Amino acid sequence: MPVRLSDFPRIRYGMPGNAACPGCPEAMGLRYVKMALGDNAVLVIPAGCSSVIQGYEPKSGINFPIMNIVFASAASLASGMKAAFESQGKDVNVVVWAGDGGTGDIGFQALSGAAERNDDIIYICVDNEAYMNTGIQRSSLTPAGAWTTTTWTGKKEYKKNLPMIMIAHDIPYVATASVGYPQDFIDKLRNASAIRGFKYIHLLAPCPVGWKFDPRYTAKIGQLAVQTGLWPLFEYMNGKLKISPFSRLYRRPEKKVPIMEYIKLQGRFASLAKDPEKIKVLEKEIERQWEWIEILEKATNNKK
Amino acid sequence: MVMKTLTGNFAVAEAVRLARAKVIAAYPITPQTTIVERLSEMIEKGELEAKMVRVESEHSALAATLGAAAAGSRAFTATASHGLLYMHEVLWWTASSRLPVVMAVAARAIGAPWNIHVDHNDIMDQRDTGWIIGIAQENQEVLDMTIQAFRISEDPYIYLPVMIALDGFILTHTVAPVEVPDQKEIDEWLPPRRQAYIVSPETNVVMGNLTSDDDYYMMRYSIQVAQEVAKKIIEEVDLSYGKSFGRSYGGLVECYKCDDADYVMLLMGSWAGDAKEALNVLREKGINVGLARIRFIRPWPSEVLKEKLKNKKGIIVFDRSISFGNVGQLFMETASTLYGMTNMRGVIAGLGGVDVKPEDFVGEVTAFVDDIERGEVYDTIKWLLPPKYRNHKLEVTL
Repeated sequence: MPVRLSDFPRIRYGMPGNAACPGCPEAMGLRYVKMALGDNAVLVIPAGCSSVIQGYEPKSGINFPIMNIVFASAASLASGMKAAFESQGKDVNVVVWAGDGGTGDIGFQALSGAAERNDDIIYICVDNEAYMNTGIQRSSLTPAGAWTTTTWTGKKEYKKNLPMIMIAHDIPYVATASVGYPQDFIDKLRNASAIRGFKYIHLLAPCPVGWKFDPRYTAKIGQLAVQTGLWPLFEYMNGKLKISPFSRLYRRPEKKVPIMEYIKLQGRFASLAKDPEKIKVLEKEIERQWEWIEILEKATNNKK
Repeated sequence: MVMKTLTGNFAVAEAVRLARAKVIAAYPITPQTTIVERLSEMIEKGELEAKMVRVESEHSALAATLGAAAAGSRAFTATASHGLLYMHEVLWWTASSRLPVVMAVAARAIGAPWNIHVDHNDIMDQRDTGWIIGIAQENQEVLDMTIQAFRISEDPYIYLPVMIALDGFILTHTVAPVEVPDQKEIDEWLPPRRQAYIVSPETNVVMGNLTSDDDYYMMRYSIQVAQEVAKKIIEEVDLSYGKSFGRSYGGLVECYKCDDADYVMLLMGSWAGDAKEALNVLREKGINVGLARIRFIRPWPSEVLKEKLKNKKGIIVFDRSISFGNVGQLFMETASTLYGMTNMRGVIAGLGGVDVKPEDFVGEVTAFVDDIERGEVYDTIKWLLPPKYRNHKLEVTL
């Protein structure tokens, strides 16, 4: 069911004094999580920007119960929490909120373990495509061509396709989302919370500092990622993959917004923007990605 | 109460069942594995009402246990050797989060090369983490200590995790008669779960976010205060358990024939049994020796040791571990308490499960006493090499 932002209560979920940078996508995303799940949720946060965004005790900049934990263990800590709540007969949404490093790199083993066990948690990868908290170093989820402080001439390797890796875990729910489309993200969180088992949502989170763009464009870049076809929004539920409404609009190549619209706003792609050959390769990659998703959509929806 | 023949590992499992742990998370590692195998069996047979999280690593095992504790449930895990080392950062996080958790450690050597036999370097490596660390001598004590660990950990003056070590194979895989208390008796003795805070939607607690350096410092200070208080509470718990079940072990240290002794052997773990045998032989030979068996490495029993040992003619410390580049850790700890008060010698023995026999203790103590009779002794490190290498010397001349 599509949701409208105006339907939500005007409660302050991000509190004054939180330590997010201007235009921070994580602060935006956390608000949407609370809007979607309400008060019946506990957050588990490993090392990353969101460890800092909470601000200093004795107060917290985020209106959530939170258990902070070391980098590599977010999913497993969440599994333990959920087991405890279950043994107490309580139905609580245990939600991991982890960055791309905490999810795809240092935290991947725990993630894969919890997914394989199908533990009843929601795992959100808030993907700002580099190790932003330590100062913009490349991660396995940094896209090819992007400048980081450890890839000065642009990353050579492609972005690891985590959502597909999670689908391969055969879990009941996998979705992609973008902070540019809060309705879609909230909708997906609600779908996820209604399902028993391991739920994975991969939230694209454009970071003004690390991607080098004006903080006012966070939502816009989050939308352009979808409109250019670079970041397809989809939902994989009950074994069926469905391309989400906002991505469906840009499904056909001629409907897609040119990739340069996305690239040119971001300083991290400055060298890529000057290289038409590389842009062509990137366009091909996008097409290849879409072919793959459409094959999956077809295959999973045709089966009985 | 029923009498059972149990391995040390099964004694741990019985204790965890009696303590009614609600969440158990563990990853197999020799020689710990049969603890969680037995607990899984208990859960699946309905003997224990608990959730088992079958994690993919030890790092996750302790994290899941911590998560369960944070959510308000009595939680348990077990590991050994490399598993314990892999958990290391989570050990710190657990103690610093002040959440009660109990863990059994089957003390085992660390690689390389691979070695699955007893050694204390794995537990000694965790002394600084804030955990309370106990170590048993035999299987009955393993069961009793594990049950007590829950009460100690959940004491409102403490709220720290507790690690109970049992020597790999020597205890973990060897059967001995063990008195297992009835569930009803334990329910009366062990209070329901208590903890400082729960992270849940009802409490809205945030744990572990940034603090000012001043507050961080004070939280560190509070862990030390809890460790100090734990010294007294561990003794009280030991006495209270003795009152209910007839077995007390002396609190932080078991002082065996210490009071009238001139010399004291200081060590911990299962080989204390062999050392006690040696002690009787030595006494027959006229050497008036006693034995101090460390039951808790953390909190370190400095007051008890000072009181009991400062006027002895000599203390010989047997370490089953070493801090490379310095001395055995137990010697280091003992010297930090007794330095300058008496003659001391540290002996490194039994690393990687090398067998140390009662006659080895007799020989070492006799040599120590002979040396003292010739003059003052302060030997920080002496190697009791394996028998086939006994005349070997590793020396480098530059």
